[in-house]
Amino acid sequence: MILELISIILGGMTIGSALMVILSKHPIRSVLYLVITFFFISGHFILMNAQFIAIVNIIVYAGAIMVLFLFVLMLLNLNKVDEKKTNHPISFTAVIAGGALLLVILAALKDGITFTNTIVKSDVGLVENLGTLLFSKYVVPFEISSILFISAMVGAVLLAKREKQHID
Amino acid sequence: MDTALLIEKFTLVVIIFLISLGVAAYSTYFERKLAAWIQDRIGPDRAGPFGLLQPIADGVKMFMKEDFIPKNSDKWLFIIGPGISMFTALITSTIIPWGPPIEIFGRQISLQIADFNIGILFIFGVVSIGVYGIMIGGWASNNKYSLFGAIRASSQMISYELAMGISLITIILLTGSLSLTDIVKSQHGMNWNIFYQPVCFLIFFICSLAETNRAPFDLAECESELVGGYHTEYSSMKLGLFLFAEYVSMFISSALMAILFFGGYNFPGMDYFDGNTLAILGVLAFFTKTFLFIFVFMWIRWTIPRFRFDQLMHLGWKTLIPAAIINMLITAIVIAFHKGWF
Repeated sequence: MILELISIILGGMTIGSALMVILSKHPIRSVLYLVITFFFISGHFILMNAQFIAIVNIIVYAGAIMVLFLFVLMLLNLNKVDEKKTNHPISFTAVIAGGALLLVILAALKDGITFTNTIVKSDVGLVENLGTLLFSKYVVPFEISSILFISAMVGAVLLAKREKQHID
Repeated sequence: MDTALLIEKFTLVVIIFLISLGVAAYSTYFERKLAAWIQDRIGPDRAGPFGLLQPIADGVKMFMKEDFIPKNSDKWLFIIGPGISMFTALITSTIIPWGPPIEIFGRQISLQIADFNIGILFIFGVVSIGVYGIMIGGWASNNKYSLFGAIRASSQMISYELAMGISLITIILLTGSLSLTDIVKSQHGMNWNIFYQPVCFLIFFICSLAETNRAPFDLAECESELVGGYHTEYSSMKLGLFLFAEYVSMFISSALMAILFFGGYNFPGMDYFDGNTLAILGVLAFFTKTFLFIFVFMWIRWTIPRFRFDQLMHLGWKTLIPAAIINMLITAIVIAFHKGWF
């Protein structure tokens, strides 16, 4: 009962902070709200007893990717003065296109969504079970994705090294 | 939910919170005394006997100063910056096993607030979000020196996080568990990880210095170039919280090193004791090791000059990360060989 209440409150807070990401005017605040959203999502994972996924979500998204986002935004130093004037016809089309996309997604997922109790006591998200699954049943996709990661890293290094820089 | 468990955990949280803050407060006193000793001075000796009340006097001074917020700063972010710093410094203490379980009123009480099954990954998580306090505080000040300090701090922390993580993986390989309780239990008596993993310890130690922003890695608050670094615009207790968070995280990372490499609460000859005697001796052993590490941290600060920024990046990316990876691979191969996988 208490857990259900917690999950409802947490859900509301997640949606609230996610909305603040797009509603807040300042890019840095948007990023910070996004970080908070990731924390709430991790809270949901913990309620589902998936501690490993919860902490990996925090390490990778809140801890690494968002720090880089923040880093770049701080260096750009966006001000209200530099902001372009909003183009009304463009924002109007954007709203229509976004609404149409939402409609399509809703139609596609209509039968997939069932409103059940989200708090499921399962042990799939614990480290041992997840590790065993990844290295037995899903070992091929796992290896392929790691090769993808390595090639992405090598590609990034290559791109950065293409122009010869002389820093001494 | 068990009410007794709730009370027990709450008491433990309060005690550990107070101990962390107390140790951090007296670390400042100890650091000044140690600096004085190294530089052949006397150090603080006015407030109380041997200057023992100096931390309290400093605290009162911090609270009494004018709390100033710059006009063009981002007010909210300016206020929560030091708070986040302090929070991330303190939160790691939840998973540290402070001693063997004790028995009070016939109940086994574990001296660890929460034994997650993800243990070490929690440390990764906290380390990775630890940079936010400095980043937000430095950016919100709207001062170029603060921004430089914040950017230096964040790039340094991102770089050293990797080597630290890889060196932690080696410890996970050695123990076969992510839980800190299991890691401590596997080092029973004198069977400490340091004897198996000296290189790993060295890497972890250097990365801890960098993660806590201590000298020789204190480029984020380098006085000679950046005025005060990320806390240039801060005054009063907000500045106090930033400085204090550094001491708290120093205490916590010393405790972590004691746990991961020096056996935590284990000490040679612990099999001759049991029950509460063992618990008290274990806690004492643990705190002795932790204080030794705090001493080493301070010793390094007053001995070694600061790195240049490119040297710092070279050390992190070109020395520590390859060394950590090679160390991890060798450990993995030896363990696989030991288990007869070849």
